[in-house]
Amino acid sequence: MIRLIAALALVLASFASVAAIDTYEFDSEEQRARFYYLSTELRCPKCQNQNIADSNAPIANDLRREIYRMLQEDRSNEEIVDFMVARYGEFVRYRPALTAETAILWFAPAAFLLVGLLALVFMLRRRQKAFKSAGDDHLSPDEQQRLQSLLEKKDRND
Amino acid sequence: MRRALLLLPLALFLLMLVFLFRGLYLDNDDLPSVLVGQRFPVFNLPSVEEGEPAITEQALLGQPSLVNVWATWCVACRVEHPVLNKLAAEGVVIHGVNYKDDTEAARKWLRDLHDPYELNISDPEGLLGLDLGVYGAPETFFVDAQGMIRYKFIGVIDERIWESDLAARYQALVDEAQP
Repeated sequence: MIRLIAALALVLASFASVAAIDTYEFDSEEQRARFYYLSTELRCPKCQNQNIADSNAPIANDLRREIYRMLQEDRSNEEIVDFMVARYGEFVRYRPALTAETAILWFAPAAFLLVGLLALVFMLRRRQKAFKSAGDDHLSPDEQQRLQSLLEKKDRND
Repeated sequence: MRRALLLLPLALFLLMLVFLFRGLYLDNDDLPSVLVGQRFPVFNLPSVEEGEPAITEQALLGQPSLVNVWATWCVACRVEHPVLNKLAAEGVVIHGVNYKDDTEAARKWLRDLHDPYELNISDPEGLLGLDLGVYGAPETFFVDAQGMIRYKFIGVIDERIWESDLAARYQALVDEAQP
């Protein structure tokens, strides 16, 4: 049974990966890799939660064709992405460019992590202090004597 | 103080709820167009009509116009079409870009449903559509007399949205063009 599921999963996975790529012929493996990279980096404007490699929307198909055309023209990755951004806006990048507008996207996770770490350090230090002050609390001679007598009483009862 | 601090996670959670709830009703389909404020892209495309000369971006100069991207496969365009007919009858200058369509079907559409367009640009490959950043039809560009794109409207133009918003935008372009 597990084997069957694994086989099924493999078949499905292979469908997903060939969907966009196999209709084009590339001059080199490097070009194929760049095509794959670019089409997974760019977002489909119509179906916004897919990249253009995964999307079957006609517009995604057109954009893949454009990427292929520009690759054939030996354009660089930046040129191709800029071409798309000039037409469809910053939105098409899945990896937004670092600008004043997007700074919060880039730095918020690090900032949250920092806040979390600071809170953790703060809590740990407070706990440590509490431990230390508890250790300083020695029993007074009276209490010591009482403890002793209680322990003795317990010994006798055993 | 300590007790207030304990409520902090709850407060953060509630704040998150507010954002998530708002997110449910946000419409993300309308993307801001980067082309607003730029020159209408250069093109050289045939006319939808038989025997007409090719059309270039030069033809858009001289008067403000709406450039409407449409196709016969676009269901929403059929809804929009009567509104465009009415606007054209009122004197609004509308040009059509027949986007990724079968030209024969487009001609039939224009014969049967009336032709509101002054220029009928045929873009079967979607080349101009690509340069315009079109990702679905209908989309309508407001182009001024100098050939600059001043506004982009995505979706069906209906009478309500025309009256409440778009008419004023078009009128502003017309007023601007008059000396």
